[in-house]
Amino acid sequence: MHRFLITLLTVLGLFSSINASAAPSINGAGSTFAEPIYTRWMSDFQKKDGTTQYNYQGIGSGAGIRQLLEGTVDFAGSDDPMSEKDAAKAKSEVLHIPVAMGAVVVSYNVPGLKKPLRLSGPVIAKIFNGGIKKWNDAEIAKLNPSEKMPDLAITVATRADGSGTTAVFTEYLAKVSPDWVGKNGKTVNWFIGSLGAKGNAGVAGLISQNPGAVGYVELLYATENKLAFALVENKKNQFVEASAKSVMVAAEGLQKEALEKKFKISLTDSDRKGAYPISSFTWMLIYSQMPKEKGQAIEKFAKWVLSEEAQKTALSVHYAPVPKDIRAAALKAIGEIKLN
Amino acid sequence: MRFVSLFLFGRAGRREVRLSDFAFVVSLRLLALLVVLIFASIVLFLTLESLPSLQANGWRFLIQSDWVPTEDLYGALPFIYGTLVTSFVALVIAAPVAVGSAIFLTEVCPPWLSKPVGFLIEMLAAIPSVVYGLWGIFVLAPAVRNYLEPFLSQYFGYLPLFQGPPLGIGVLSASLILAIMILPTITAVCREVFRAIPMTLREGALAMGATKWEMIKVAVIETGLSGIISAVVLGLGRAMGETMAVTMLIGNRPLISSSLFAPGATMASVIANEYPEAGSRLHLSSLTGIGLTLFLVSLAVNSVAKILVHLTTRRLRA
Repeated sequence: MHRFLITLLTVLGLFSSINASAAPSINGAGSTFAEPIYTRWMSDFQKKDGTTQYNYQGIGSGAGIRQLLEGTVDFAGSDDPMSEKDAAKAKSEVLHIPVAMGAVVVSYNVPGLKKPLRLSGPVIAKIFNGGIKKWNDAEIAKLNPSEKMPDLAITVATRADGSGTTAVFTEYLAKVSPDWVGKNGKTVNWFIGSLGAKGNAGVAGLISQNPGAVGYVELLYATENKLAFALVENKKNQFVEASAKSVMVAAEGLQKEALEKKFKISLTDSDRKGAYPISSFTWMLIYSQMPKEKGQAIEKFAKWVLSEEAQKTALSVHYAPVPKDIRAAALKAIGEIKLN
Repeated sequence: MRFVSLFLFGRAGRREVRLSDFAFVVSLRLLALLVVLIFASIVLFLTLESLPSLQANGWRFLIQSDWVPTEDLYGALPFIYGTLVTSFVALVIAAPVAVGSAIFLTEVCPPWLSKPVGFLIEMLAAIPSVVYGLWGIFVLAPAVRNYLEPFLSQYFGYLPLFQGPPLGIGVLSASLILAIMILPTITAVCREVFRAIPMTLREGALAMGATKWEMIKVAVIETGLSGIISAVVLGLGRAMGETMAVTMLIGNRPLISSSLFAPGATMASVIANEYPEAGSRLHLSSLTGIGLTLFLVSLAVNSVAKILVHLTTRRLRA
């Protein structure tokens, strides 16, 4: 019995000593879209600067914001700016640091096409509210004159789980079609006859399994899994393929707007030449007032994330890097964080 | 407090003599109390968290069929409907097969075959539900879309149950996967029930001149009826709470459709889908409200089953 007690105490003592000597740890949570890049950044940064332990959990943007408000994590990753209501609940103002960009693509399973499908915003909006039911519909055929569109029913696949991807996609639809105004969000009521699946993988599964299916997935997921996706017509009437490059074009020349709106800017339906119209930022959400020790560690990491080196890493894993001018503005905002 | 101490230590006069016995009894009672506490805290949590939604919606929460988070409209009826329909259809398919295979295993099958087949059926219960879901997407759903649904709509299309385009993803596929998942549970319990029936009953029936089928009917099925009902209820409980595989196959739309081909959603699937990204307080609270509803529905089904078991046992004794 005594020996047992002694062992127990020794073990407990060991644990507490490990804890005491451990570096401060910074915990982030949120966007699943941004999880791969945060994990990569954190392991890279830890190798350079071994003093702090960084962790990130991809639990969804909404849950990340909830945990940030409750104070269980030190920063949140989100693909969607915080709502006014949530912002009012925060201890201090929450900074939105744009750390990378992504896009949503319209993926399809239409047998016998020679070239990538070409779609316009209004046509996508109609397909996703059940207005266009067949692939040989006149409106689709008009955009694809060189193809013989098959007489095949369209099966629409969407995300069933609440998702930033859905939010970006439907925000775009609301901009290009009056039918969608006010119906956009992370969880959307889709028309009767459409199917819902969990995650990008679920939607991609539905598309690949059903000839005639169409759905939306993240660009990152589509490129990694080599899915076919449509060229989308932008405001300059160009049909643009989604890529890191065409997403970056959408964020060019927005420094002034970024400062005015505190980086909460939408990139969808961009009017720049060559821009892919369904693009968006992903943000790192941090408090503008933080306790000193944690604040310094977060600041250090956030500044490094905006460096040329970290942004290059992002590009190598298919995220679009944030344009320089916006990064400069964001760095300035990080410099103004109050530590106490 | 007095009740707790009474429960833990018993009446002063009846205290155990030996210290070790006393400690044993107290620790057992503590563990039993823990179960009660966990149960109570679940109920408390669900009720408190769903309060805002229940206050905002009232009873309409249970009878409204609109679920539109973007407009903060929450009606749980489509999910209650989805859970009940998928579980019921699954049970209708699984129960006869399960009881049949249990009878085969205990009464008909030679012993050298009974062991491996029984083992295989029990192994079905060990497969994680995500794996069932994957198999469902890649094997079951295409088969349902290409063969089962066209067949049903061709020959039984006049029934509202089998109308609409064959999509392969929907209530029918979800029910089928549930049926497969609850099959081993029901079979295993039934097998144990039939094994527990004394040999003398069977021998008696045969001695009276019963055929093998009559013997099974009188000595096995009727004697084991309360056990069969408990087994079926156990399966039903699993079907109602099953989340992952159903989410992967049901199509996830808050719909009330008479057709089994249409997509739907269950109480468990909507919580799994929407909880991580639930934005507004009301949305979160409504999802917890659905959790509470699922809990109460399961409780109700279990209670009804307990009463059924009680009644059949009494009738048999009489």
